[in-house]
Amino acid sequence: MLGKLTLSAIPYSNPIIMFGVGLMVLVALSVLGAITYFHKWKYLWREWLTSVDHKKIGIMYLILAGLMLLRGFADAIMMRTQQALSYGSSMGYLPPGHFDQIFTAHGTIMIFFMAMPFIIGLMNCMLPLQIGARDVAFPLMNNLSFWLTAAGAMLVNVALAIGNFSRTGWLAYPPLSELHYSPGVGVDYYIWALQISGIGTTLTGVNFITTILKMRAPGMKLMRMPVFAWASLIANVLIVAAFPILTVTLGLLAMDRYVGTHFFTNALGGDPMMYVNLIWIWGHPEVYILILPLFGVYSEIVPVFSGKRLFGYTSMVYATVAIGLLSLLVWLHHFFTMGNSPGVNAFFGITTMIIAIPTGVKIFNWMLTMYRGRIRFETPMLWTIAFLITFTIGGMSGVLMSVPPADFVLHNSLFLVAHFHNVIIGGVVFGIFAGLSYWAPKIFGFKLNDTLGRAAFWCWVIGFYVAFMPLYVLGFMGATRRMDHYNVPAWHPLFIIAWVGAMIIFTGIILQIAQVVVSIRQREQNRDLTGDPWNGRTLEWALPSPAPAYNFARIPIVRDRDAFWEMKQRGVALKSSTFVPIHMPRNKAAGFIIGGFAFLFAFGMIWHIWWLAAVCLAGVLGTLIRHAFDDDRDYYLGAEEVRRMEDLHGRVQAGSV
Amino acid sequence: MNVANEAVGGHGPHGAHGGHAGHGSHGPTYKQYITGFVLAVILTAIPFALVIGHVVQDVLLVITVCATAQIIVHVVYFLHLDRSEEQRWNRMALLYVVIMVGIVLGGSLWIVYNLNHNMMPGVMHSKVWK
Amino acid sequence: MSKSSIAMQDGSLALQPGYADHAADALRDLRQAGDAVFADVEPHHDTAGTIQLGFWIYLMSDCLLFSGLFATYAVLHGHTAGGPTPGQLFDLPYTLTETMFLLFSSFTCGLATLAMNADKKNATLGWLAVTFALGLGFVIMEVHEFAGMVAIGATAERSAFLSCFFTLVGTHGLHVTCGLIFMAVMMAAVARKGLTATNRARLNCMMLFWHFLDIIWVGVFSLVYLSGVVH
Repeated sequence: MLGKLTLSAIPYSNPIIMFGVGLMVLVALSVLGAITYFHKWKYLWREWLTSVDHKKIGIMYLILAGLMLLRGFADAIMMRTQQALSYGSSMGYLPPGHFDQIFTAHGTIMIFFMAMPFIIGLMNCMLPLQIGARDVAFPLMNNLSFWLTAAGAMLVNVALAIGNFSRTGWLAYPPLSELHYSPGVGVDYYIWALQISGIGTTLTGVNFITTILKMRAPGMKLMRMPVFAWASLIANVLIVAAFPILTVTLGLLAMDRYVGTHFFTNALGGDPMMYVNLIWIWGHPEVYILILPLFGVYSEIVPVFSGKRLFGYTSMVYATVAIGLLSLLVWLHHFFTMGNSPGVNAFFGITTMIIAIPTGVKIFNWMLTMYRGRIRFETPMLWTIAFLITFTIGGMSGVLMSVPPADFVLHNSLFLVAHFHNVIIGGVVFGIFAGLSYWAPKIFGFKLNDTLGRAAFWCWVIGFYVAFMPLYVLGFMGATRRMDHYNVPAWHPLFIIAWVGAMIIFTGIILQIAQVVVSIRQREQNRDLTGDPWNGRTLEWALPSPAPAYNFARIPIVRDRDAFWEMKQRGVALKSSTFVPIHMPRNKAAGFIIGGFAFLFAFGMIWHIWWLAAVCLAGVLGTLIRHAFDDDRDYYLGAEEVRRMEDLHGRVQAGSV
Repeated sequence: MNVANEAVGGHGPHGAHGGHAGHGSHGPTYKQYITGFVLAVILTAIPFALVIGHVVQDVLLVITVCATAQIIVHVVYFLHLDRSEEQRWNRMALLYVVIMVGIVLGGSLWIVYNLNHNMMPGVMHSKVWK
Repeated sequence: MSKSSIAMQDGSLALQPGYADHAADALRDLRQAGDAVFADVEPHHDTAGTIQLGFWIYLMSDCLLFSGLFATYAVLHGHTAGGPTPGQLFDLPYTLTETMFLLFSSFTCGLATLAMNADKKNATLGWLAVTFALGLGFVIMEVHEFAGMVAIGATAERSAFLSCFFTLVGTHGLHVTCGLIFMAVMMAAVARKGLTATNRARLNCMMLFWHFLDIIWVGVFSLVYLSGVVH
C-alpha cells in the first residue's frame, strides 16, 4: 500500500537533520497558523496561488528562491564548518554519508531552486513591462510553470524529513547513481525533483520566447528592445534547446533505476560516459541560461546610474547571441579528463577560449558606458561594480582551465570550486541582488532600506573573497572537492579562513533578511509615488509602482531604444483621457492542481507507491481535459474601471478628448 | 506634457477577435496533401525495397538521403512551412533546431567514438555511425 | 501582417493583433502617426497566431528531446552484449505496414484540416475519426511487436541496444498515444461546440503535433529499423 515507505524513513537518530526538520516544520506551521489567524486563506488562494498575473507569479518565484537560498546556504555553512573541523584526528561533526547529501543538496538547490527561480522571477516581473505588453503569451501556463518548480523544490525539502537525498554530487554521475551503488531513495528524489521543475522551466522558455516575439509594443523592433529583454530571449532559447536534453538524460537514468535498462550501467553494454556527455550538453548551456539574464540586468543598471546611453548596444546584442550559440559548443570542457583524443579536447578547448571574447566585449561595453558618466553609487550600481571585478577574475580562472593540460591538473580540485563560485556568486548572485535592489520599487512599490542594503553588500563582497580565494590556493596545493576529511597540515589554516569568509557572507544574509523586514515596516516612508525613482530609461519606469494588473492602460508607441527616456525628452507621459476596455485572463486553479498532482506523483514514484503515482497521473490528465472544456477564461475590464484605477495613480489626463 | 495627439480608438474590444489560422488566401490545399503523400510513399518505398531486396551495396547513404528528403517533404507539404512573413519565426526556430540536433547527434558520436578509440581499444568492434 | 492592417483613422493609429512580428512595417507607418503616444491595439491573449508559434516552439523542444534519444541510440546501438541483434529482431515488412498506417493517418489528418478550413464540421469529425483509427492501429501494431520481442527474451534489460530500442521507439509510441488522447478530446470539443475559433486554433496545434510525429517516425524507421537490418 505504501511501497517502500515506512516510519523508519524518518531519520530520528540524526539530531542535526531532525533539528533542521523541526525548524522547517515550525516555520511552516507558524506561517500556516498566521494565515489562518488573519483569515487570509481566501485572499491568498484568489489573489496569489491561482493568479495568472505575471507580476504576482514573479513575486512568488522570488519568495521561493529566497527561501531556497537560505536552505542552500545552510548547507554551505555546514560544509565549511565540517572542513574547518575535520582535520587530522578530528573527524568533524558530519558522517561521510550525511556530508555527501549536503554537498549534493547544496549544488542542486542553488542552481535549480535558487538561481533559476530568481532569474525567472525577475523575468516575470519585468519582461512584459519592458516590452510594452499586458501579460505573457500564456498566462495560465506561466502559473503552471511556477507550481511545477515549487513542486520540485518541495520534493528536495521533503527528502530531508522522509528518507534521504542523493549522495552523488549535483549531477548524479553514473555508475554511482545507478541502483546498484545508490540503492536508496536519494537519487530518486533528485531525479523527480529535477524532472518536474525542468518541465516547468521548459514551459517558461516556450512562454517567454512567444511573448517576446509576438507581444512587443508597436515600434519596438528587436533592436530597440532593452538588453535585459534580449538577454532573456537568448536565455529562453537556450532553455528550450537544453532542458529537453536534461529531461532525456534523467529519464534514461530513471529507466535504469526503475525498469532495469542498461544505458549507463557497467554491465551489458551500458556506457556511463554517455550520461556525462548528455548531461553536459544540457549543463553548459545551463550556465549561460543563468548568467545571460543577469548580464541583461547589469546592462539596464549601468546606463541608468551612469546617466548615459548604453555604450555599444549593437555589439552587446551580438555578443549575447554569440554567447548563446557558442555555449552549445563547449560542453566537453567539463570532462577533458575522461580521456578523449587530442583533436576533440583541442576543439572544445578552443571554443571555450573563444567564448571569452564576446564576454569581454560586454565587460568593455559596461566600462565604457561608465566612462565619463555621472555615476551614482546606489546599491544596484555597487553590486554591478563588484560584479565587474569579481566576474573578470572568475572568467580568467575559467579561461585558464579551458587549456586541456591545465585542466588535467586542476580537474575536480578546489580550484574548480573556487572558479565556478567566482562566476556564479560574482556574476549570478550579485546580479540577482543588483536586479532586486534596482527593480524593488517597481515590483513592491517601495525602495529597499539603503543602509542595510549597503552593509549587506560589503559583507557579501568581502565574505566572498575571504571564503573563495583560499580555495584557489588549496586547489593548487592539491585539495580535491567534496572531501569530508583531510590530513594535510598546510591546508587547515586556509580552510579556517574560508570558514570565516562564509561567516561574513552569513552576516550579509542576516542583514538582507533585516533589510527586507525593515523595508516592509517602513514601506510608507519609502513608497515610490513617481513610478520612476532612479530616473530610468526603459518602459517599465513609465508605469506606476507597482504596475496595475493590466500594466498599460493603453499601449504606448515606441520610437527609440530607451523608450521611456525618449518619451521624457519629448515631454510625454503615459497619461490618457480616453480608456478602452481591457481584455484580461481569469485566475485559474488548474496550475496549482497540476503542480500538486505532480508533487504527489513524484512522491509515489520515489517510494514505489504505484497506485498513488497512477492516480496522480490520471489527475493531471483529467485536469488538463477539464480545463480544455472550460470556456470561462477571460473577461473585460471595463473602460470606467480602467479610468478609476489609472486615476488612483494620477494617470488620467485632464480635459476632453 | 504633450498628450493631445494621443490616438483615438480604432478597434472596439471585440473587433479583432477570433482565430484566422488556416483561413484565408494561403491555407493548405488538397493538391499539397496529395503531392506530399505520394512523395512520402515513394521515399518510404525506395529504402525499404532496397534493404529488403539487398539491392545495392552502399544502402546506408540511400537511407539517409531518402529520410532527409522525406522529412523535407513532410515539413513543406504537411506542416506547410513556407517563405511567408508570418512563418519567419517558425523557420528560424526550425533552422536552430536542425543545428542543435546536428550538434547533439554529431557531437555525441564524435566524442564517444574518440573516447572508445582512446580508452577502450579492445572493444572497438562495436559499430559506430558515421 | 500586411500593411493594410495598420489603419489610419483621423490622424490616429489603429493596429491589429500580431503587429509586433512585423515591427518594421509598423514602424514605417508610425512615421505618419505624428507624435501619437498610444496605439490602439488589442493585444489579445492566446490569439491563434500566438498559440501556434508557442506550440511550434514546444514541438521544437520535443524534437530536441528525441535528438537526445536518437544520439543515445546511435552511440549504443552496437552494444548488444551477446544478446539479439537488430538483424535478428526486426521484421521489415511489418515495420513498413506500421509506417504506412502512420503515413496514411498524416494524410487523412490533412484532409481533416481541409474540411475544417471549409467549415465542414461533420467531414472534419469524420476524417479525424479515420486518423484516430489509423493511429490506434499503429499503436496496436507497435505493442504487438514489443510483446513478441519480450516473449523471446529480447527485453529492455537484456542489453544496452535493446534498452535504447525500447526507449526510443516506446517514447515515440507514447507520443502517438498522447496525440490520440489529444485527438479524442478535440473530437469531443468539436462535436459539442462546433468549429469555434478556439477549437480551430487547437485543432491546428493537434494537426501540427500529428504531422510532427510522422516526421520523427521517418527518423525512427531509417535509423533504427532499416539501418539496423543493413548492419
